[in-house]
Amino acid sequence: MTVPMSVASERRGKCELAFVVNGRRENIRVYPMERLLDVLRHELNLTGAKEGCGEGECGSCSILMNGELVNSCLVPALQAADAEITTIEGLAAESQLSALQSAFLECGGAQCGICTPGMILGARHLLNKNPEPNADEIREALSGNLCRCTGYAQIVEAVAQAARHRSSE
Amino acid sequence: MRSDPADYELIAPGKLQTVVQLLAEEPGKWLPIAGGTDIMVQYSAGKLPARKLVSIWNLPELRTVEISPNEITIGAACTYTQLREHNIIASEFPMLASAARWTGGIANQNRGTLGGNIVNASPAADSLPALLAYEAELILVSIRGERRVPYLGFHTGYKKMNLAPDELIRAIGLRRQFSGYLHYARKVGARNAQAISKVCVAALGRLRRHNGLDALGNMIEDVRIAVGSVAPIPIRLTDVERTVAGKSIEPELVQLARKAAAAAIQPIDDIRSTARYRAAVTGNFVAEFLQQLREQGKTA
Repeated sequence: MTVPMSVASERRGKCELAFVVNGRRENIRVYPMERLLDVLRHELNLTGAKEGCGEGECGSCSILMNGELVNSCLVPALQAADAEITTIEGLAAESQLSALQSAFLECGGAQCGICTPGMILGARHLLNKNPEPNADEIREALSGNLCRCTGYAQIVEAVAQAARHRSSE
Repeated sequence: MRSDPADYELIAPGKLQTVVQLLAEEPGKWLPIAGGTDIMVQYSAGKLPARKLVSIWNLPELRTVEISPNEITIGAACTYTQLREHNIIASEFPMLASAARWTGGIANQNRGTLGGNIVNASPAADSLPALLAYEAELILVSIRGERRVPYLGFHTGYKKMNLAPDELIRAIGLRRQFSGYLHYARKVGARNAQAISKVCVAALGRLRRHNGLDALGNMIEDVRIAVGSVAPIPIRLTDVERTVAGKSIEPELVQLARKAAAAAIQPIDDIRSTARYRAAVTGNFVAEFLQQLREQGKTA
C-alpha cells in the first residue's frame, strides 16, 4: 500500500521548539533540521555564536547545551527541545562581565573576536568540570577551538587567570 | 549548496521500540541520527541523500554502559566523552579510551558516538582498530529481534556493512579478558588535536608467563594488531600476527614483522597523506609495539 502524498508530507514543515536560552524560556516554530546555530542567530538574534567552518572543525559556534559544550552548527534544532542553552550572551550579569570574560580582556585573549565566544564557552565548560586546570588541560580542552590571531598563549593565560580568580574567591 | 531545512523531515520518538518500528515500516527510508557530527556535516554541504531522519540522541536504552563480570556492553549512542570518563573502559580497554580522546575536540566528543563511528564507516575512524583488537561484538536490533555479530567482518568494503535496512546497532560488547596484555595505541595525524588520522593502530600482546629464568619468557603467546586509514576498511594484520606468534622477540623478527605489515596493507595517496608514508608509519608502529612488548617482558 502506498502512503497518500498528503499523509507523507504531513510530518514535514515546522515544529514547536520549547527550550531555555540563557535562562529565558523560548517557544518558537522552526524546521526540525534547522541548525541550532541558525535558530540562535536568526530567530533569537543571538549573534554571539559565530559560523566559521560549518562542519565542527573550528569551534566558533560552540555553546553549552545542558551543560555540555557542543558545536551548534552540528545540532539539528529538534534535538535542542527542552534543553538549557547557554551562549556568550548569557555569561555577563547585566553589564558585569564574568570572570572569564574579564580575564580574556586583561590578558589579550581576544583580538579579532571571531573565535572568542566559542573559546570562552569552551573555557567555561572546562572550569565547570575541572576548576583548577593546568596549562596542558586548558590546551586540550580548547583544542577544538581555533584562533588565527593570538597564538593561543594569551588565551591559555586568560583561562588560568580566571581559574585562579575563582579559586581565591 | 547548503541544504534547505524545509526539504527534510526529522522526528524524535524518544523510544527505541518506536525507532525500530519506523525502520521496519519503511526500510532504508529513515536515517538514524545521534550526535550529528558526521550527518550534519553532509547535510550542511548539501550532500545528505536521506530526506527522513529519526533522532536516536539521548535514547536512554542506547546511552548506558552495562557491566557484568565477563563483559561490558556499551550502548551505541554513548559519546566519546562517556568512553573517556568511564573507569572500566579507561582501565581495561585503554585503547578505546585513547581513541575517544583523539577524536575531534571536546565539543565533538560530547556529541559523537561509538555506534555512529561504526556506521559512518570511515576507513580512518579512530575507534575501529581498538574494536578489532578487542574482538568486539555488535548487538544489532530490529523489529525481528536481536542478533549478535563479531565486529570483525561487519565492514565488508568501503562504507559497506552487514546491517539490514531495518536494523540499528544497539550496543557494542567487549569481553573483559585483557588484563596482563600490553595495550598499544597510536595515531599519526597532521596535528595532535582535531585531525583525522593518517594512520592509527591498536595492538594487544601478551608474552608467555615467566618461570624464573625460562628462556621462553620472551615468547609471544597472543597478539592482535589492527590498523586504520591504510585500506578501504580498518583491518587486522593477521599475516603479521601469524609471523610473530609463538616467537621470541628478536631484532630479526621485528624486521620481518615490519615488512609483513607493509605488505599486508593497501594504503592510498589522498589529501591527508601518501601511500608510501602510511606504509612506513605502519611498519614503524608494528616495530615499536613489538619492542615495547619485549621491554614489558623484561620488567615483568
